[in-house]
Amino acid sequence: MQKIFRTLLAIDRRIIFLVIFLAVSIPIFLRMKIDIKVTREVQIFYDAIEALPTGSRVLITFDYDPGSEPELQPMAEAGFRHIIRNRVKFIIMGLWPQGPMQANKALAVMNEVREGFIIEDGDSLVFGRDLIVVGPDTIRYGRDFLNLGFQAGNEAVIQRMGSSVEAAFANDARYGRPIESYPIMNGLNKLSDFDFIFNLSAGYPGTVEWVQFAVDRFHVACGAGNTAVQAPQVYPYLDTGQLSGLMGGMKGGAEYEKLTGFKAKATMAMVSQTAAHIFVVLFIVIGNLAYFMTRGRGDKKSLL
Amino acid sequence: MGFWDTFGIWAAALLTIGIVSFLYRDNPVYKFCEALFVGISAGYWFVSLYYQNLLPKLFDNLGITRMLGLSQEDGAFQHLLSGQYDEHIWYVLAGILAIMMLLRLIPKIGWISRWPLGVVVGTTAGLYMITYFQSNFLSQLQNTVIPLIDIGRIRGLSAVSGNVTADMYFAAYLGNIVLILGTLTGLVYFYFSKEHKGALGGAAKVGIYFLMITFGASFGYTVMSRMSLLIGRLYFLFGDWLGLVR
Repeated sequence: MQKIFRTLLAIDRRIIFLVIFLAVSIPIFLRMKIDIKVTREVQIFYDAIEALPTGSRVLITFDYDPGSEPELQPMAEAGFRHIIRNRVKFIIMGLWPQGPMQANKALAVMNEVREGFIIEDGDSLVFGRDLIVVGPDTIRYGRDFLNLGFQAGNEAVIQRMGSSVEAAFANDARYGRPIESYPIMNGLNKLSDFDFIFNLSAGYPGTVEWVQFAVDRFHVACGAGNTAVQAPQVYPYLDTGQLSGLMGGMKGGAEYEKLTGFKAKATMAMVSQTAAHIFVVLFIVIGNLAYFMTRGRGDKKSLL
Repeated sequence: MGFWDTFGIWAAALLTIGIVSFLYRDNPVYKFCEALFVGISAGYWFVSLYYQNLLPKLFDNLGITRMLGLSQEDGAFQHLLSGQYDEHIWYVLAGILAIMMLLRLIPKIGWISRWPLGVVVGTTAGLYMITYFQSNFLSQLQNTVIPLIDIGRIRGLSAVSGNVTADMYFAAYLGNIVLILGTLTGLVYFYFSKEHKGALGGAAKVGIYFLMITFGASFGYTVMSRMSLLIGRLYFLFGDWLGLVR
């Protein structure tokens, strides 16, 4: 028995990597499904979006880059679909340079008409750029949604938006026109004019800053989607009511997909994630068991 | 799918494999991919910050691009010369601070870079002084000062119908007790003015268990996050690249 435990402790780490690789890969090919239980924090977020009246304006802040895409992109896509379905208008921005591009990517994935154009009000509107078609809904750039782009300055940008959105973002990111020229900006001057903030965050600047400046200072309700690494840091804001809902990691995204009915990437990945977690726990248990069973017996150096 | 889309997918796939090859052992391919990633990231940040901030906010607003013939629009310098006040002139201060920051590249006068750094630190401290106190201290404190336990309410809830059950309330109260216990014992652990002996030592020991559980939960979330990234990459390799899954 001692020999087995010693062998387990000295196992090549590459074997562990291989096991994890297989644990994640096999469910992808087998297309296995798992029942996803919706947690309270995701339900709160979903309810907050559902409670927004038609025509409300939501600020969606993309504070992440492609490195966090597997966790946050499913939330972004489900969020867009949810918001569009509820006829809510949205304005995109980012405190991370690549953030608004992640928004464009999510919109491109959802758009169902990729070619062609129409003439409306004398303007030539191109599908995929000015018009996004999602199921029965067609949203128009400038009227139903707007991309403000990235702005450097971290929390100072939020602070600035508190008194004037235009001061922080003079022009939009897509056409470089003054933002007040777009109908969606009518009567929307400062942060507190937004009905809700949906923050997708992978670190600093992110949810913590939005809570501290937008929620506590300018009293705008904010719900967040976070990477799993960041989620424990922002959980305290949920219990105090500073956050109106929280989605943590890919699991949070899968729960949100279940609630919205748009089952996609996060839902598909749940079996892989569960399998990987089972093996990680198994390795931790075996490692600890082997360590305690061999502790103080024989040559310790051989264990290192 | 166009040529550049295909090229992008192949490049991303090969670079992913190159980075993952480190799991087997350190190798030149990994080193190349790592260096490429760092270089591209730095380049991307530079270009992005230049075109989205330096150019429009500093050079355009001040009228430097106009002076150089790169823009047709007048800036603050041109407006001032024609007798008009332009609030954008204040960007000069930001420009001076930026230049001062770069002086650290010259060792002899590198000390000048401490001044803009002081401005950054001071501004950040000023911004956070009230907000941090409100968001991370007062609000959290308020949420910790809660009823420890309310036996009468729990008994009364035994006949509760609907979604909210007595068990849920009981769990909430149990949570309150754990919250208060964890907060107090956690604080005791960080109280170093008296030796951790007797009751104080016991409380500190409970405190450290709470801290360990907290760190364990955070670590668990970190593992979950890394697994999600792995899943994302494998979906890309098996789906977008190899076309084995859709």
